[in-house]
Amino acid sequence: MTTITQPRPTTTKGAPAVDGAKLFNRLCAVCLTLFALIWLVPFAWAIATSLRSDGSITQNPTSPFAGGWSLHAYSYAWDNHPIGTWYLNSLVISALAVIFTVGFCSMAGFALAFLRYRGRAVVMALVAAGLMLPSEALVLPQFIEYRSFHLLGTFWALILPSIAAPISVFVFQSFFRGIPVALIEAARIDGAGWWRVYARVCMPICRPALSTVAILTFITTWNSFLWPLLVLNQTKSQTIPVGLSSLVSNSNIQYAEVMASSVLGFLPLIAVFLVFQRQIVQGVATTGIK
Amino acid sequence: MTTVVSTRPAPTASAAALPADRPPHSERRAGALLTAPFLVIYLLFLVGPLLVGVVLSFFNTTTVKSGLGDWVGLSNYSEVVTDPLFWEAMWHSVLFTLLTTPPLVVLALAAAILASRVRRGRVFYRVAFFAPYVVPSSVVALIFLWMYTPQIGLIPKILGSVGLPVPDFIGSTSGGWTAVTLMTLWWTFGFNFVLYTAAIQDVPPDVYEAAAIDGAGPWQQIRHITVPMLGRTTSLVLILQILASLKVFDQIYLLLAGGPDQSTRPVIEYIYDTGFTSYRGGYGAAATMVYFVIIVAISAAWYGLRRRRATSAAA
Repeated sequence: MTTITQPRPTTTKGAPAVDGAKLFNRLCAVCLTLFALIWLVPFAWAIATSLRSDGSITQNPTSPFAGGWSLHAYSYAWDNHPIGTWYLNSLVISALAVIFTVGFCSMAGFALAFLRYRGRAVVMALVAAGLMLPSEALVLPQFIEYRSFHLLGTFWALILPSIAAPISVFVFQSFFRGIPVALIEAARIDGAGWWRVYARVCMPICRPALSTVAILTFITTWNSFLWPLLVLNQTKSQTIPVGLSSLVSNSNIQYAEVMASSVLGFLPLIAVFLVFQRQIVQGVATTGIK
Repeated sequence: MTTVVSTRPAPTASAAALPADRPPHSERRAGALLTAPFLVIYLLFLVGPLLVGVVLSFFNTTTVKSGLGDWVGLSNYSEVVTDPLFWEAMWHSVLFTLLTTPPLVVLALAAAILASRVRRGRVFYRVAFFAPYVVPSSVVALIFLWMYTPQIGLIPKILGSVGLPVPDFIGSTSGGWTAVTLMTLWWTFGFNFVLYTAAIQDVPPDVYEAAAIDGAGPWQQIRHITVPMLGRTTSLVLILQILASLKVFDQIYLLLAGGPDQSTRPVIEYIYDTGFTSYRGGYGAAATMVYFVIIVAISAAWYGLRRRRATSAAA
């Protein structure tokens, strides 16, 4: 960063200062737009490559319009790799992870926020400590534990770690604490059991927390790589990221086909992101999941 | 690894507001029942692997067949600590952290400040910067591998046309680090950008108005208001970035396979190799524990510092 050497302008108000600020803001907009356009280049380049033929790519690598466009590479990629199956696997695994994580973690978050019971303090401490635990670093012992439970190769092996994430409990718990206690007491006086208070009174209010946890669980489960790589070793049961990783090789010269597969790999997620971008960004900003 | 950011003060109405007498039986039962499903899975599958790792590190377990093997005491640990390959891998993870953290923090801060001064097109910037973050790592690797392809890839072409030397992105160590750093920058930049953007929005606008009345230009406002007010966020972004970078695996494994000649292999890939190529589960578990303690020590130090600073600020 540079330091300011110029003395402060003595005239604080007036047209020039306002113009300067406006000019500065316009300059900011230009810089940022350029920056953002550079960020879109890899996507655009992958799409452009996927629409071309391998011959024209090697001849004129940087002119995306040479040789004409076709969807040939897509049908080729779809026929040569079980992309549909991978999609289905990813979808089933991520959906189950979302359902169980939202269910179990919101129940625990509710209990921690409103109920007094034995062991509450211990569970609170465990959840807080778990936030600091780098679970990804433990893949090897995790693998051996799952093997002794005969969970390897099953979808459960991918769903269970996401349910065990304390961050989701934390998000729910802190949201529930914002609900006025008077509301809970009123429901109790009306004769509602605790389950009813949880399911009928609190869950409908906590839609924002629910969508945060659901979306982030979905994306992390969908994108996780190392753990499914270890756990699912059958081609048929692989997820999209692991399946597509078998195409990563610098001797692979079928550029159009590889790029068509990548486009198929990122397009649905980008679509989900475009639809939910507000919630996703808000969720990331408030929970900081990485 | 996850961390909770308290960007907004949480409402304080809580269980403490409930009456302090002994809770009725139904409440205690409901609490236990509602917590149980999560707690069982948490203990089995998050605390479980940690305990399994501690136990395995004292045995010569193999990953090819079940069973613990024989007790070997601390010999796994002494072997890990004296293995130059382990420390090389550790250094690669640290080097990756040193390479990626400064640009990812500084550029994200700069971009977020620029974005805060632009009224229109916020959604466009957010989408452009954050979209890569939702793409799977293997797809990112496929796209970048193609862009790095010698002679015909986009990046060598651009560098060549500007007249810059083209590094061997995949075949050399320094080129490999450049390739992985650029790819990581593109992939994860949006995350820090979003954290900073949210924090900037929390700076009350009247501070800027007061500064503008006092004659502070936009640059002075940024330097003396925005950047200092973002101190807490910067500390958070920094630690999240350091912890995430130390856990690097996907990018290096996919793009370079730790090569050439294991010269970029990070710790997680070292553990992966000992466990799933040499099948030495016990030894890999000992390496895991050493690495684990380092990571936990770094985050505990950060939490401690933050708490001390928070209490000293409150006093």
